[in-house]
Amino acid sequence: MIALKNVSKWYEDFQALHDCSVAVEKGEVVIFCGPSGSGKSTLIKLINGLEDFQKGDILFKGKSIRDRDVRLPEWRRRIGMVFQHFELFPHLSVLGNLTIAQQKVLKRDAAEAEHKAMALLDRVGLRAHAGKYPSQLSGGQQQRVAIARSLSMDPEVMLFDEPTSALDPEMISEVLAVMVELAQEGMTMLCVTHEMGFARQVADRVVFMDAGTIVETAGAEAFFSAPQSDRARDFLGRLLL
Amino acid sequence: MFALEWDTILAARSIIGAGIAVTLQVTLVAIVGGIAGGTVLAMLAVSGSRPLQLFSKYYVALFRAVPLVMLLLWFFLIVPQILRAVFGLSPSVDIRLVSAMVAFVLLESAFFAEIIRAGIIGLSKGQFHAAAALGMTRYQSMRYIILPQAFRAMLPIMMTQCIVIFQDTSLVYVISLGDFFRNTVSIGERDGTLVPMLLLAGAVYWAICSGLSGLVRFLQNRTAS
Repeated sequence: MIALKNVSKWYEDFQALHDCSVAVEKGEVVIFCGPSGSGKSTLIKLINGLEDFQKGDILFKGKSIRDRDVRLPEWRRRIGMVFQHFELFPHLSVLGNLTIAQQKVLKRDAAEAEHKAMALLDRVGLRAHAGKYPSQLSGGQQQRVAIARSLSMDPEVMLFDEPTSALDPEMISEVLAVMVELAQEGMTMLCVTHEMGFARQVADRVVFMDAGTIVETAGAEAFFSAPQSDRARDFLGRLLL
Repeated sequence: MFALEWDTILAARSIIGAGIAVTLQVTLVAIVGGIAGGTVLAMLAVSGSRPLQLFSKYYVALFRAVPLVMLLLWFFLIVPQILRAVFGLSPSVDIRLVSAMVAFVLLESAFFAEIIRAGIIGLSKGQFHAAAALGMTRYQSMRYIILPQAFRAMLPIMMTQCIVIFQDTSLVYVISLGDFFRNTVSIGERDGTLVPMLLLAGAVYWAICSGLSGLVRFLQNRTAS
């Protein structure tokens, strides 16, 4: 469904990504992990064109992001994204956050958008907070709203960029619970995370990155029980300490 | 000795009233036009296009560098000629008011552009990403996500700028446009009551501006909480 082919990216002279290739099938959950600065977040932002790259190609359902007839807004609409710092719109209520893009991008009417929004808030357990503003919610609640907002566009794939790393420990599980449910419903997910317990629970495959390179790609069970590369073994060893 | 002669003021109330009308018209047009022009310039400044960015940059640099009095005089001397040539107006048509308004809008656009641009770049990059990730076009992101936040953040500064505009409109006296200030002075000169009339004008400007400043402080407190 999503394929990255030999993608390389430079910031000026610094090469951030070296020849990265990954293919993700429909319904798969793929976890990207590795030390910070390894390029996982950059890689995931390339998929919906929030960052550009200089070499290689990215395909979504067989279509290249480089194709001349690709319109990035439409491309991004079909790929949901959840950010480390939630990025809810502070000037809109929770309901407004969930309806604005439905109305302006998908041209849904207000009633339809609201109906969809309330159903999604129900799903993440926040129906009662629809009228509040983001600043009135805890971090965990904000991130659940952000996931619901992303789902309101009916994405075919979801990207998660360290969705729990800005959260207090006690709020992490409520966000992960929503993500586990999403994975179990068959959503295609690409997720950058340090939550190895979560990865073990839902991942089909793990991509391990270091210094802008994909060091190892393996089935989740194989990766956690017997990582092939020294660097992955070292990384996992330090996480478990 | 500077006792206000209320009956002469009352007698001249229609002249003063006409002056107030001119002051308010110029102020209002300068604010509305300046915010509209400034918004466009600010959007150009943060657009992806290099030529548009440069246009915005040089426009702002140019108009902020020119003294307002000079701009007013230029517009009074040049714009009427152009307007007359283009529309074939007779030289007797008074277009001082229009040329003052045009000058103010062009100038204030530059000031508002800087304020709004600061509001836009003060937002985190994540807000742009979040809007884009939902499939919004550049225009939609600006219209529904970025600009509402930028305006909200910059509201107190924009209000302060509006007060400055209100005061600056008194400079239209250089093109002998009869605003509140100029008409008050004229009456003073006519009746030999210049000093009291200037005090009166000062008191009116003070009352209106401090009222508006109070409003700004109220808004600031409300935004802060």
